[in-house]
Amino acid sequence: MTVTLLYALVGVALLSMGFYGLVIHPHLLRKLLALNVAGAGVFLFLVAAADSGAAGTPDPVPHAMVLTGIVVAISATALALVLADRIFQVSGSTQMAEKDPAEGL
Amino acid sequence: MTLPAWIVALPLLAAALMTAVPRSRLLMVGSAAILTPALVAFLARTILRDGVLQMQLGGWQTPLGIQLRADGLSVAMLGITAVIMGVITLYAWAYFRDHESSRYFWVLWMFLWAALNALFLSADIFNLYVTLELLGLSAVALVALPQKAAALTAAMRYLLVSLSGSLSYLMGVALLYAANGTLNIEMLANTAQASPATSAAFAMIAGGLIMKSALLPLHFWLPPAHANAPAPVSAVLSALVVKASFYIMLRLWLTLFGALTSPSIAQILGVMAAMAVIWGSIQALLADRLKMMVAYSTVAQIGYLFLIFPLSQLAQGSQEALQGGMYFLFSHACAKAAVFLAAGTVIYACGHDRIDGLAGIVRQMPVSMFAFALAGTSLIGLPPSGGFIAKWLYLNAALRNGQWWWCALLLGGGLLATAYIFRFFSIAFSNREEIVSARPVPKMMEWPALGLAVCAISLGLVAPAVKKLLGVGGLF
Amino acid sequence: MKRAEKKRSGSRGVNSLAALGAAALASILAWAVWTLPPYPERMSNLVAENMHRSGVENPVTAVLLNFRGYDTLLEIGVLLLALVSVWSIGTSTARPAAEKPRPILMLLLRLLLPFMLLLSGYILWIGKYAPGGAFQAGAILAGGGILFISATDRPIPTGIGMWRSAAAIGLLVFILIALATSATLGEFLRYPVAIAGGLILLIEAAASISIGAILINLFVGAEPGQAHSGFSRDGQNRNIEKESSIE
Repeated sequence: MTVTLLYALVGVALLSMGFYGLVIHPHLLRKLLALNVAGAGVFLFLVAAADSGAAGTPDPVPHAMVLTGIVVAISATALALVLADRIFQVSGSTQMAEKDPAEGL
Repeated sequence: MTLPAWIVALPLLAAALMTAVPRSRLLMVGSAAILTPALVAFLARTILRDGVLQMQLGGWQTPLGIQLRADGLSVAMLGITAVIMGVITLYAWAYFRDHESSRYFWVLWMFLWAALNALFLSADIFNLYVTLELLGLSAVALVALPQKAAALTAAMRYLLVSLSGSLSYLMGVALLYAANGTLNIEMLANTAQASPATSAAFAMIAGGLIMKSALLPLHFWLPPAHANAPAPVSAVLSALVVKASFYIMLRLWLTLFGALTSPSIAQILGVMAAMAVIWGSIQALLADRLKMMVAYSTVAQIGYLFLIFPLSQLAQGSQEALQGGMYFLFSHACAKAAVFLAAGTVIYACGHDRIDGLAGIVRQMPVSMFAFALAGTSLIGLPPSGGFIAKWLYLNAALRNGQWWWCALLLGGGLLATAYIFRFFSIAFSNREEIVSARPVPKMMEWPALGLAVCAISLGLVAPAVKKLLGVGGLF
Repeated sequence: MKRAEKKRSGSRGVNSLAALGAAALASILAWAVWTLPPYPERMSNLVAENMHRSGVENPVTAVLLNFRGYDTLLEIGVLLLALVSVWSIGTSTARPAAEKPRPILMLLLRLLLPFMLLLSGYILWIGKYAPGGAFQAGAILAGGGILFISATDRPIPTGIGMWRSAAAIGLLVFILIALATSATLGEFLRYPVAIAGGLILLIEAAASISIGAILINLFVGAEPGQAHSGFSRDGQNRNIEKESSIE
């Protein structure tokens, strides 16, 4: 098993673990961390995909994809954190309320 | 010919300028709301005359650069976006006159419009990821604007689902790139082969897009988000934002995945779609708030959209199926937007939207109720509305390729829609007088809803023109 | 609104289902990855062939700012959007200025901030030749800003007007250059080879200012001037009666 394949498989593992963590943790911050772990997994897989073999230079397109992905992930995480903080302010809880469709306007 | 890029850049420029100079709001929103539809109309005319327009950004040939593709499907989506966003802009201008929370609404609105335009024009799967994120974040921020607990929670749930969907989609993109070495949809269609990597990529991409399109059973985030958002936001979410991920799914299916995955996938999608129609309609019937009812109606109508996959599988009748699906998309967009705008007017006037407390409301706001009624006929599928044309095309397709069981679903869904629409009407038109005090509603809030409802109805009448536009590019 | 704080959401059934789902996902993806061809023809050669026309010497910068510059344009849009969203969500329990300046951090600030500014400019410049560029430079700028906020007892300096302009300038410059190329050369985002390097540097400079400003304001979490805190010095949340426990 080459190093590249190892990176790719670890990336896959991180993605799966991240999704698992997103589902089982009720605490909002943990859900966000789990999502970030999943994102790291995808980025690691992309970096592995940039491998061009011993002779060639690495493929720069996946690197650019990862850079863009990181920026997008930061933006989304920042928004999510402020939302979570606001939910905490308004409701006093760090977990999302159970879905209550009859709740007021 | 750089027209497609201008259609994306214009709302983005407006958003950036409005951030830097907040007082330029009126100028920026006004010019964007007028110029963008004009550019889209011009683009439509161009592709009807000259055929598909492909634009290499930066002058770099694919696969090195990013390609924008303006064919019939994408320009039709741009068109419906322009119409609906333009009309809702008028409504929102009146709606937010009194509100304090609207300081950043217009910037977010322009980002949303730019994201939609960029999404419909893109022919690069990674670029689609970036546009999906732009769309998702602006939608979430718009949902969170009211800052009440319900809206914030709904926004958070929506954000988590949206991010999971995007991440799943990105994994699929990474797999496709690792297997094929290109990010351009057309090139992928030529080089991709049926392999474990392609199937896994399809699973990830489809999973992500289905989450974002709220197809049952991944629909749980939609009713709270659409019901608790401000009215113009609910309208655009139901009308356009959920359709965007569906559009990507459709395009990738038609060009890339349809031929490479097993036929049972389409049937599975069909089963999920059927459950969505039934479950969504039942929940709409049981809802006690008007906006919740409308949101569940969206869940049901999204089911109709996904029927496009099983119905277009076989060559017999696939043309009708595809056109029917697109008709559902357009007419639902207009009708649902009209309904949400009318519901927003109801809340503005009465302060609540509990269905039981709205007896006799037709006397307070006849225009909005008329809009609701017209839009309702499209949702039910009565002639000559766009909804009727869509159902008729679907029925034709189902009968032609022998999948008669979908006919039962289409007819049953129509009956269920009739049930929940008329349940509201029986109260709204009743003789009981329960509305104690209703605020007067500005004209600019009532007439946009009616305008959109009329669009939904008249879509049936302009069918040949729409068919001609969709036909550009050979997908339909 | 008292609610029991749960350790795990859902019943054991749902959690085991989630575990199964995650395992299945991992297996499918691992199988797909295993069968991928090791080093297929990807884009390294194509990029290398076109480098001389890109105006820079670092392949990643070339891809990011020239070949796939449209993606970067939208990405800067996403950053600005995140900032506007955060501002629109209203007041948060944003980190207040410290009650009094913190001496160790102040020393660190005095030593590091000039160096960070210099380093940021250097990284921006070196992006043409080596790993570096706008995003890295912006991140370092943001680090300096965050150090400032953490160390001093003053609220974040300058009024919101300055921050608004700083945040928007990256996107504005990028779009204006794109529209200018579209108007003069007839192709959107196509840089003439002679001045491509200069244009890219200009875009990156504006972008790094924006990125730094946006990241600093994302850290603050609310509009400057709106950042009120419901926390007293010992961390008690005064906004609500009930105290939540973080596990």
